[in-house]
Amino acid sequence: MSTTTTLRSKAAPAAFKREFLLELHRRMILIREFEERVKFLFLEGTMPGTIHQCQGQEASAVGVCAALAGDDFITSTFRGHGHALAKGLTAQEMMDELFGARTGCCRGKGGSMHMGNMSKGMVPAIAIVGGGIPLAAGMALAFKMKPTKQVAACFFGDGAVAEGAFHEGVNMSALWNLPVVFVCENNLYGASTHISKVMKDTRVSARAASYGFRGETVDGNDVLAVYQAAVTAVADCRAGRGPVLLELLTYRRTGHSRRDPCHYQPKGERDEWFDRDPLVRFARVLVERHGFAAAELDAVKSSVDAEIVAAVEHAKSAPQPTQEELSEDVYA
Amino acid sequence: MKRQGIAEALRDGIAEELERDPAVFCIGEDIAVPGGWGGAFTVTLGLEKRFPGRMIDTPIAELGFFGIATGAALMGMRPIADVQYGDFLFLASDQIINNAAKMRYMSGGTCKVPLVMRAPIGATGRGSQHAQSMERYFTGVPGLKVVAVSNAYDAKGMLKSAVRDDNPVLIFEHKLLYGSKGARAESGAVDATSDIPDDDYVIPLDRAAVRRTGADVTILGWLLMAHFALNAAEQLATAGVEAEVIDVRSLSPVDYETIGQSVRKTGRVVIVEEGPKTGGVAAEIAAGIMEHCGQHLQAPIVRVASADVPVPFTPALENLYRPDPARIVAGVRQVLQG
Repeated sequence: MSTTTTLRSKAAPAAFKREFLLELHRRMILIREFEERVKFLFLEGTMPGTIHQCQGQEASAVGVCAALAGDDFITSTFRGHGHALAKGLTAQEMMDELFGARTGCCRGKGGSMHMGNMSKGMVPAIAIVGGGIPLAAGMALAFKMKPTKQVAACFFGDGAVAEGAFHEGVNMSALWNLPVVFVCENNLYGASTHISKVMKDTRVSARAASYGFRGETVDGNDVLAVYQAAVTAVADCRAGRGPVLLELLTYRRTGHSRRDPCHYQPKGERDEWFDRDPLVRFARVLVERHGFAAAELDAVKSSVDAEIVAAVEHAKSAPQPTQEELSEDVYA
Repeated sequence: MKRQGIAEALRDGIAEELERDPAVFCIGEDIAVPGGWGGAFTVTLGLEKRFPGRMIDTPIAELGFFGIATGAALMGMRPIADVQYGDFLFLASDQIINNAAKMRYMSGGTCKVPLVMRAPIGATGRGSQHAQSMERYFTGVPGLKVVAVSNAYDAKGMLKSAVRDDNPVLIFEHKLLYGSKGARAESGAVDATSDIPDDDYVIPLDRAAVRRTGADVTILGWLLMAHFALNAAEQLATAGVEAEVIDVRSLSPVDYETIGQSVRKTGRVVIVEEGPKTGGVAAEIAAGIMEHCGQHLQAPIVRVASADVPVPFTPALENLYRPDPARIVAGVRQVLQG
């Protein structure tokens, strides 16, 4: 029931297999490149809708999802592309969705803010701030009642902590020891408002103790630290010692949405966080501590780029839903 | 066959569904406290003894536990969530409207939310925040099914249908119709008992029920107003007017087939609604009748509804607020002159 506020140290080099490390790297690159391409397509005007992007927050999505099994479920938010890619959705099914195609993961009915794929353990993302918190608690309640060993991981931002849904969902999860990992991606801003303007105590993880369960603050830009914290949290949940609140400290490199130039982020703060970019840091760790060659990492980026180029190419000409599909899927 | 009130029939229906399907469970406030009430109106009284672990008492947190019920339903459970008073649905409405109702569509038809929600409504001496008619706020929500049960037979049969349906279903019940007993009895209660078969039965969620046949005018109502409409019809019969009374019952979707058959016969319609007239369900049904069978109307549709004010407390004002048989009779007289 303690709250650990110190940041976790990096894992010992020998603890991980090369394939695993490379996969973490690949997933983060995939998210970054996917988001960069989406941004271009949106600004170019070829992609419909609005976008909320997660450049800079890749390590939290990848680190947490790497600790989950395929049949574990996540809930996500309006900023959910990274979570979806980390949970195993393909760039293709997501790009199709973003272009509104009937081949998209939600047949063009979800869009950027509601990415999901039930067969891959992701319910459609919930774009109402905090709305996924009670929902994830309920998913975890189902796992406990059935019973199964599944775990729910619930992603939300620091902004959601002010919602009543946070209090209600977290309280009942604690009360019933539900197998749910609450993952607060604390990127310091709810839209344009700094966390210090909405919380007296800005240490989100400290709230867990007041509900009677364990909270922990982790360097959210260190993918291995996130992964290790998530492994422990998931194990606790599977052993009936849930829930756990993980506060992952991170930073959004792009605007809240659309063309937001982030003028509210002070330059010094941006520079400081940009220096802690999760991709750059992990690449350095891979080369300096795990003996990867720079060329190996470059090859990952090339293959990811090719995958995304192909996905865009396909998505742009993928079939759009028809008149009949407008009124399908309202009822089961 | 046994004679039961709505609370007893719902209790048996819930118990039978809990026995039939291990995925079913109940969640709500004060529903399973030993020595407690079995929910605000005794519906779940004693079930915690028979179904330990499947009757979940919650904190006072409607947004939270409706979200929890929705999440559990997404993972294959079949929760029955209830609120003590329908008015509290506003607290839960984000989860009901944004999550439960939309998940299937947003997912492109790949997930389902087999969730039952139960909510008591009705003006019953409790003032403005424990007495509203909440149907209007949920009948226009795509993805939700909304029904209203006016007798014990329907209550049990529609509850069972709702539990077995793969969609979120919101069941409205009326505080004056439960037949709750003992300390939870309701003053001014109206008899809504039915003969309940011993065998399992279900009632479809999309069918209205003709409660009385007549050729002169069609009166549509639901919940308490279905009873008041029947009462009005008996008064009218003594004056030689034969009213057909339809318990609309299924508020979303509305059964325009059954209603349309009656309208084609009578050509005159009175819609009775407890709840303010402006923006009510009756407005939607009136427009639906125009679209489905408006050419058969011989007079403009008449609405008999509550005043456009919050529900008042004092019985003197509450009785003026809510339609009664006399006002329904007056509405029929008006439509017959039209």
